[in-house]
Amino acid sequence: MKALYDFSYLTSAIHEWLSSFLSPNGVLITEMILVGIAFMLFFAVLGLVLVYAERKVSAFFQQRLGPMRVGKWGTAQTIADVIKLLMKEPVINREADRFLFNLAPYIIMIAAFMAMAALPFAKGLQALDFDIGILYVAAVSSLGVIGILLAGWSSNNKYSLIGAMRAGAQIISYELSVALSLLTIVVLTGSLQLSVIVESQADGWWIFKGHIPAMIAFLIFLIASTAETNRGPFDLAEAESELTAGFHTEYSGMKFAFFFLAEFANMFIVSAIGATVFLGGWMPLHIGNWQGFNAIMDYIPPIFWFFGKVSFMIFLMMWFRWTFPRLRIDQLLTLEWKYLLPINLVNILVMAFIGLVGWHF
Amino acid sequence: MEETITTALESQEYFINMGPQHPSTHGVLRLVLSLDGEIIRKVEPHIGYIHRSIEKMCEHDSYQQIVHLTDRMDYLSCHINNEAVCLAVEMGLQVEIPERVKVIRTIIGELTRLSSHQLWWGVMGMDLGAITTFLYGFRDRELITDIFEETCGARLTMNYNVPGGLMFDIHPNFQKRTKDFVTYFKKKLPEYDDLLSNNVIFRERTIGIGKLSKEDAISFGVTGPTGRASGFSCDVRKHYPYSAYDRVQFKEILRTEGDCFARYQCRIAEMWESLSIIEQLIDNIPEGPFKAPTKAVIKLPKGEWYQKVETARGEFGVYIISEGQKSPYRLKFRSPGFSNLSALDHMARGCKIADLVAIMSTIDLVIPDIDR
Repeated sequence: MKALYDFSYLTSAIHEWLSSFLSPNGVLITEMILVGIAFMLFFAVLGLVLVYAERKVSAFFQQRLGPMRVGKWGTAQTIADVIKLLMKEPVINREADRFLFNLAPYIIMIAAFMAMAALPFAKGLQALDFDIGILYVAAVSSLGVIGILLAGWSSNNKYSLIGAMRAGAQIISYELSVALSLLTIVVLTGSLQLSVIVESQADGWWIFKGHIPAMIAFLIFLIASTAETNRGPFDLAEAESELTAGFHTEYSGMKFAFFFLAEFANMFIVSAIGATVFLGGWMPLHIGNWQGFNAIMDYIPPIFWFFGKVSFMIFLMMWFRWTFPRLRIDQLLTLEWKYLLPINLVNILVMAFIGLVGWHF
Repeated sequence: MEETITTALESQEYFINMGPQHPSTHGVLRLVLSLDGEIIRKVEPHIGYIHRSIEKMCEHDSYQQIVHLTDRMDYLSCHINNEAVCLAVEMGLQVEIPERVKVIRTIIGELTRLSSHQLWWGVMGMDLGAITTFLYGFRDRELITDIFEETCGARLTMNYNVPGGLMFDIHPNFQKRTKDFVTYFKKKLPEYDDLLSNNVIFRERTIGIGKLSKEDAISFGVTGPTGRASGFSCDVRKHYPYSAYDRVQFKEILRTEGDCFARYQCRIAEMWESLSIIEQLIDNIPEGPFKAPTKAVIKLPKGEWYQKVETARGEFGVYIISEGQKSPYRLKFRSPGFSNLSALDHMARGCKIADLVAIMSTIDLVIPDIDR
């Protein structure tokens, strides 16, 4: 039970057990492999759950039932879909650049994997705890755009190329807003390390402690991260009604599934970052000096807090997607460069002032 | 060599085939786009992918059979198409139509218009990326198709009209269900405004996009809500009333902006007008026969007749030349979609690909109507 509240008991137990019969290098390699396998499993489960969740959420928004046939309430629908995708023939264009075409889905997947490694899932449950955590996640998650550009370019399809170019312009622009809105909170924490940021919210989440600038930053983060994951009203790179399927028009079978999975993984990653920085990560909801309330909140294990907050963020993003019409490319860039970015810069200044004077809680 | 490089660098234009298989051409329409980046320089519609030579087939069919074929043209306003052929034949036969038939035709015609506009509204949202509206549009349309199903057995291609009247009398439940639908839909129509009309992204995407001036609308022969949004007063129901339109009060919706949003609002307002027309008539269906007596084999006398009606897309005309046989010598349809499509290039030049989708959506194309 204790391990549920602090995973370092579990991880250190494994470490000691491995050290008892392996050399230090052997322990390191074994642990790396274990962590890799754990992430792969998590990735697969995440994909299954999120695809099912999206289909059900969209169904309820649209007054439908969603998948109902495979398994109880259609819970096995995603597994059936995966089997179908596995058995599909991987079609490649004759004129496509085969090497880049095959490489693109893996780049997107690798970028998602690397970003996920730095996430603090619960107390003591974090694969990489850098002192530059946020910088690392922002840098790595933007690598995915290379995969999208390669996919669009190598497909030898004009729709894909337009989609890829849109995605490039969009992701690189909104990357700025995501990073700057995170920096607004970093001004207060004084550290880029994700575990430190979580610890700093023990007496209240930054979205409440940071006054109005923190809320503005959270809103900007929500908009920009939706755009960065190519979702919701910002799905210009796919734009089903304009570009058929955008950059992944020519992909079929499992390679298509990789793009699909990466989209959901990216959604999880940005939600997790948002939850960590603004909503306290795995930290339970604590209010000032309400001792009893805080103690009750502490009974809920941190991992449930983390996934609860992430689910909330993911639900918000799904809500956006199934409600709003899509923006046009020039409106998208106008929104970023003329509105979000200037607001963001002023917001950081205000936040720096608040931090300097010490008006935050 | 050097010359080709410089021309290649100077002209940034490339072309792209939008369709025949494309989600937002709403059928097998092929648009050859000349693009400069994402900006459209030229749109060239290539039609004929679903051409079934309906007009030629009509020359071999009896007049009752021709009515069937019109279902397959603009399948979303099938009843109104049927009505046009029937009215033209009835004009040729100089047969007096019972009042009951006229009123029922008008009510079902307006229900057809409503269901067409509901589908258009759903698809309009979907074309702009809001997939949810599609399901909402279909939810409400389902009630109308249920009424149709009860009335004549068919849900889409109804073929309810025959020359001289109707195929069957209305179902005893018809009035009650239609009234129920009107009360239901009056509550739901403001929801449409909440979801799309007042959405800031939707407004940004449609206001000022794809402008068509009144002069251009007239010269391209653009009719229906598309033409009326440009200020071209072209409602056949108002100017050349047929069936029971001369006895109901309704406004011709006219707007002057001529952009996508005006076309959108025009259709939304038309839905309100259709509801009011149905309300005025539904309690006043006169008693009487549902069909005027006609011969089993209809032979029109020698001559020419033209009848136009207002479908959900615009002015639909039937031109019959008869040589006194049981089939027409020549039959020509004037379909609204064909003329409306011709204005697409004019409207879309200088816009982006996303705007083209919005423009096409507000013209409300039905491809079988264009190709026939």
